[in-house]
Amino acid sequence: MDRTDSAPRYLEVNGLVKYFGNDRAVDGISFGVDKGKFLTLLGPSGCGKTTTLMCIAGLHKPDAGEIGVGGTPFTSVAGRVFLPPERRDIGMVFQSYAIWPHMTVTQNVAYPLEIRKMDKAETGERVAEALRLVGLSDMAGKLATQLSGGQQQRAALARAIVFRPRLLLFDEPLSNLDLKLREQMRVELKRIQHEVGITSVYVTHDQAEALVMSDEIIVMSKGRIQQRGGPHDIYARPANRYVSNFIGVANLIEGRIARVSGPGRGEIEVSQGGQRVLLPCVLGEGLSDGSPAVLSVRPENVEALRDPDGGGPRLEGEVLQTIFLGNCLDCRVRWGDFEFKVLAPSRDRLRPGERVYLRLDPEHTLAVQP
Amino acid sequence: MSFVEVSGLIKRFGPEVAVNGVSLAVEQGDFVTLLGPSGCGKTTTLRCIAGLERPDGGEIRIEGEVVASAERGVCLNPEERNLGMVFQSYAVWPHMTVFDNVAYGLRVRRLGRAKIREKTAKALELVGLGHLAERYATKLSGGQRQRVALARAIVYNPRVVLFDEPLSNLDAKLREQMRIELSRLQHDVGITSIYVTHDQTEALVMSDRVVVMNRGVIQQVGDPYSIYAQPANAFVAGFIGVANLLEGTLLGRDGGLCEVEIPTGGAQPPLRLRAAGGESASAGQRIILSLRPEDIALHLSRPGDSANVMEGEVIDTVYLGNFLDCQVRVGAHEVGVQIDHYEHLAPRQRVYLTFRPDHGLCLTE
Repeated sequence: MDRTDSAPRYLEVNGLVKYFGNDRAVDGISFGVDKGKFLTLLGPSGCGKTTTLMCIAGLHKPDAGEIGVGGTPFTSVAGRVFLPPERRDIGMVFQSYAIWPHMTVTQNVAYPLEIRKMDKAETGERVAEALRLVGLSDMAGKLATQLSGGQQQRAALARAIVFRPRLLLFDEPLSNLDLKLREQMRVELKRIQHEVGITSVYVTHDQAEALVMSDEIIVMSKGRIQQRGGPHDIYARPANRYVSNFIGVANLIEGRIARVSGPGRGEIEVSQGGQRVLLPCVLGEGLSDGSPAVLSVRPENVEALRDPDGGGPRLEGEVLQTIFLGNCLDCRVRWGDFEFKVLAPSRDRLRPGERVYLRLDPEHTLAVQP
Repeated sequence: MSFVEVSGLIKRFGPEVAVNGVSLAVEQGDFVTLLGPSGCGKTTTLRCIAGLERPDGGEIRIEGEVVASAERGVCLNPEERNLGMVFQSYAVWPHMTVFDNVAYGLRVRRLGRAKIREKTAKALELVGLGHLAERYATKLSGGQRQRVALARAIVYNPRVVLFDEPLSNLDAKLREQMRIELSRLQHDVGITSIYVTHDQTEALVMSDRVVVMNRGVIQQVGDPYSIYAQPANAFVAGFIGVANLLEGTLLGRDGGLCEVEIPTGGAQPPLRLRAAGGESASAGQRIILSLRPEDIALHLSRPGDSANVMEGEVIDTVYLGNFLDCQVRVGAHEVGVQIDHYEHLAPRQRVYLTFRPDHGLCLTE
């Protein structure tokens, strides 16, 4: 996914800046998306993700930077270019479904084609195809108000894809749905996007959504990009403490790089409440001998052993709490004054009060920048 | 004798039998959960214990006292049973302080002022709200309101507290947190609890024992681990957690293990697999092989030494960070596999699934 060459990408955003008053909501970000790919802008509220999306849509005018799609310039502040939103040929799906209550599903979905003055026969064909894709063929004649929340969102999606736009933009489209439906819609939305092959930019604060759906994720904070990469890169190799904490669950302990043993390898020294240990780890970027660093290890990469034997360092601790979740056991283990989160196999049947020896998988023990 | 004893409970609504001969025993201090889908009879059973429904058959005893008996025509009123209740809508009064909310029931019962003060203070202390007694209910977090509801239920020193899906109105994050808090609280206070839910995770996290119900009948009783790891039948396996249920035939037994044949549909030969369980089945009988997604290993090339191999192709994957959920087509079956490490898998890619014979379980219906 990492591209260092400067070959143009389908969607290109360069040096984008947007102020609200004195507040720099988007602080000079650049990224690109290849044709047909699904990119997610992920971050907490106020990180600039939605503002970036609105700039792409043409609903905000940026203060600096350029945006272009497939060679067509949308915006160039320096070049005084600003293509109005209706001429950008973009499909959008929002949190609020924004479908017309007085129209049937078919009428709603046909609307963008009528504006474009498409003939009746082709409109009918395209609407039927869009409804099939989103699984609403049976609902075509229903009024929008007769649909459930999930179905309304499917109708909104059908309306966004029916005119085969150059780009699909999503602004937290699933956040009004309940958890079960949301989980199901994630997988389905991804499938539909894949099938229609329309380049998509998706905004969310929900990290699980981003992991499940995206080809590529950009993690944002305070108007800037913290990290970009495939879901697995972001999860397994977070660039810094911020990303590590925002995506998934991580045990984070402050420490210091004790030794660089090879390219990207080393040892981190951490101490907590009188306990001190040297742990082999994967070194993140910008870390060298003696630099302060944060140890980051996911609960599923910590093993709680009843027996200390075997090679490598072990952290001796006490099980404080176990929560049985069926497929796994969510444990808290005290080491010094640090509480490790450990995801253990249910079959281990750990109990509170037990003495255990933690083994941190060196392949997944990371040292990242503070 | 157990603290709460329900024997042969029957409750009909018109022609429909909502509870069909339920017997269960709850020990003092235990947290027992009635778990099942809607319409399984769990709430009706709870309401019979509470005295809100009159049973059509069977008997309910609390501390040896018969509170309901269809044969003897006994059915005590709810207030005569000395039980506490926490419902889904926890109905904490917004215009009252925490103290007044909890004291309300005692005032209605016309207890003396000193007595009310003493009992209320004790209940608030137990749920950890002593310092918030004078705060208005509107100023409380969702979790704190839940504690007020619990304090209100225990302020009379009830013999048992009954819970009817108390967490189902909370959002997902708060619910997760409250599960743990509530079960900790229950153990600290040491009060006997009967809890109704349709949420299997809630039941697994909170209970000492789980009673799984379906269609008015108890399917299995056990601690959370045994319910999950040794489900008694296909219903329990499918309802608790995620299970792949593959239908087949028991061929025979070898030592403690079953030899089973699972048709794949189509031209492929059937699978011959070895698994545990199946004690109640005999050779030639139809069985259901239950496999948990986390007990299946996925290989990119055919493993040489393993016996239980299922060849298939990837349908799709869902990456969740800590797990990779993968759907694999094995003949006509779709098998869900949960992998605890990342693996790049493309749709239609050929893969080989294996499982340890003692991790597969043969069930009957």
